[in-house]
Amino acid sequence: MDILVVLESSNGSLHRMSREAIVGAQSLAAENGLSIGALSMGADAEQIASIVTSYNIDEVLVVNNDLLSPYNADGFAECVKQVVEQESPTLVVIGHTYQTRDYFPKVSARLDKPFIPDVISMNKENDSFVFTKTVFNGKLGSEVVSNDSACTLISFQAAAFSDENIMSGSATTRQVDISLEPGNVKSTSEAPFQEEAGGVDLSSADLIVSVGRGIEKEDNIPMAKELANALNGELASSRPVVDAGWLPSSHQVGSSGQSVSPNLYIALGISGAIQHVVGMKGSKNIIAINKDADAPIFEIADYGVVGNVLDIVPKLTEVIKG
Amino acid sequence: MKIAVLIKQVPGAESALPINSEAIGVQEDQVSFLMNESDSYALEEAQKIIEAQGSGEVVAISLGPDRVQKIIREALAKGADRGIHLQSEASGLVDPLTLAKQFAKVLESEHFDLIFSGLQSDDSGMGQTGIILGELLNMATASLVVETELGENSLKVKRELEAGWFQWVTLTLPASISIQSGLNQPRYPSLRGIMGAKKKELKIVPESDFIVDGEKQSIRKVFVPKTDKRTEMIDGEPDAVVARLVEILKNDVKVL
Ligand SMILES: Cc1cc2nc3c(=O)[nH]c(=O)nc-3n(C[C@H](O)[C@H](O)[C@H](O)COP(=O)(O)OP(=O)(O)OC[C@H]3O[C@@H](n4cnc5c(N)ncnc54)[C@H](O)[C@@H]3O)c2cc1C
Repeated sequence: MDILVVLESSNGSLHRMSREAIVGAQSLAAENGLSIGALSMGADAEQIASIVTSYNIDEVLVVNNDLLSPYNADGFAECVKQVVEQESPTLVVIGHTYQTRDYFPKVSARLDKPFIPDVISMNKENDSFVFTKTVFNGKLGSEVVSNDSACTLISFQAAAFSDENIMSGSATTRQVDISLEPGNVKSTSEAPFQEEAGGVDLSSADLIVSVGRGIEKEDNIPMAKELANALNGELASSRPVVDAGWLPSSHQVGSSGQSVSPNLYIALGISGAIQHVVGMKGSKNIIAINKDADAPIFEIADYGVVGNVLDIVPKLTEVIKG
Repeated sequence: MKIAVLIKQVPGAESALPINSEAIGVQEDQVSFLMNESDSYALEEAQKIIEAQGSGEVVAISLGPDRVQKIIREALAKGADRGIHLQSEASGLVDPLTLAKQFAKVLESEHFDLIFSGLQSDDSGMGQTGIILGELLNMATASLVVETELGENSLKVKRELEAGWFQWVTLTLPASISIQSGLNQPRYPSLRGIMGAKKKELKIVPESDFIVDGEKQSIRKVFVPKTDKRTEMIDGEPDAVVARLVEILKNDVKVL
């Protein structure tokens, strides 16, 4: 096979970013006449395989091995390594999930093949691929090439492809064996859990005023809260505000926090890093206030103000209150 | 207990980022550099572990041109015991597999119990070096660590999963982990720390000591991203900006 898509289970269903990775693989395959295999492993291997057999891919490889359940980085890395060695794909693709961050660098080390992470697009030039990814927290873009013609590992950034574009079809299934010893696994995982449910539920909020590091200090948080109150909205934040202890973690919007889709999202002093943006880009209207005209948040904002939040926000609240 | 902390010097969040003439990086003389954010959390976590143990050492390690000695000194001023500088003229946008091999060559003989690194760097954002280094040195690894508990011959870590989920994972030692921001409050160096840092060992390792084969991936071009979204940019004095924002809230977004 030419392209191997490595799948991830999200509580027994196929992870959305695995579906996006399949879409990425399908578009590559269609343009370049390549074949696609998908790898399903771990506790939900059979279940996930049965989902992807209805997509337009050639073959689903299933690995059943007790040492892959529950998820552990050593087992998963070794499994991908052995399957790549057996099947010799030129491209191994995966979604850039948190699990991928945990074990895919290990696959790169074990195979001595490059891992180009967080890719947003790619195109073929002559006979090789050029991958685009962001650098400097989204402020600049870069084109990356692999120097290994035999095999390259890549991961796709969230929403690089739309999972709505997945093409259906029918794939065959094949069981694949790998050899894994208990001694190969250097960690023991416990069951996943959710922390302190409760706090604010932002997912149903209609209007959100969200503060980032640009609010500068804890003493300025009430200023944003007043704007939120004047607009009957909820207060939310980016990660650094939670890290600093200025707001409880239930306020965090982004890949590690809540996903929101209000009618209006007002971003105050938020740069627009991808991990924040994935949590709020579904907002119907976005207003961003940031003193840096080049901040990536302006790439997704409907209305942008280049200015100091500390000057603008109190005035805005005052006028709204009348 | 010997803990290595990999620290990287990267452009600060407020730094200008003018693209260099070869268009493969930024013009470094116009950049203001800082210690990478998640690395400073990794350093603090290592120091807390050693302090709780009452013995052991924290070694701050950075690869790059001579300017990176600034952050090694900063780590020493915060309380790290010694520093290692791997001298290299390579840009910060380097292949993580190459980088990890270079670290492995130099650090293999140190036999660290733990290697801590930040989850990803604010320049290249590869998020791989610490994990690959652990692999190369045959260590257990984990990423996205938000809490640590040192056991008898193990390290228990809390890993962040997606959307507010977590998981505890117990690693055998030695282990290499990459640290997520927010798990502690990094300290500031004290005046005494700054004075004391000058007397601490900072070993300089020349590039000839860690030559590895060619890069597995390379940056071909760096560019300013284009956007197809039409954003209405509102300029002017705060009062004029506020007036326009209120109009938008009333007439376009209809929330007033
Ligand atoms: C695995 C992973 C998961 C993550 N999960 C999340 C997550 O769930 N949520 C999240 O938010 N982040 C998350 N992050 C962090 C993310 O990458 C960014 O670091 C973070 O979103 C940046 O927050 P910020 O925009 O508030 O701060 P910065 O990036 O520091 O931006 C501050 C902005 O404020 C502007 N500014 C400063 N002062 C002023 C002023 N007075 N007036 C106006 N503007 C001003 C600056 O120009 C700058 O653009 C995650 C990172 C990783 C690696």
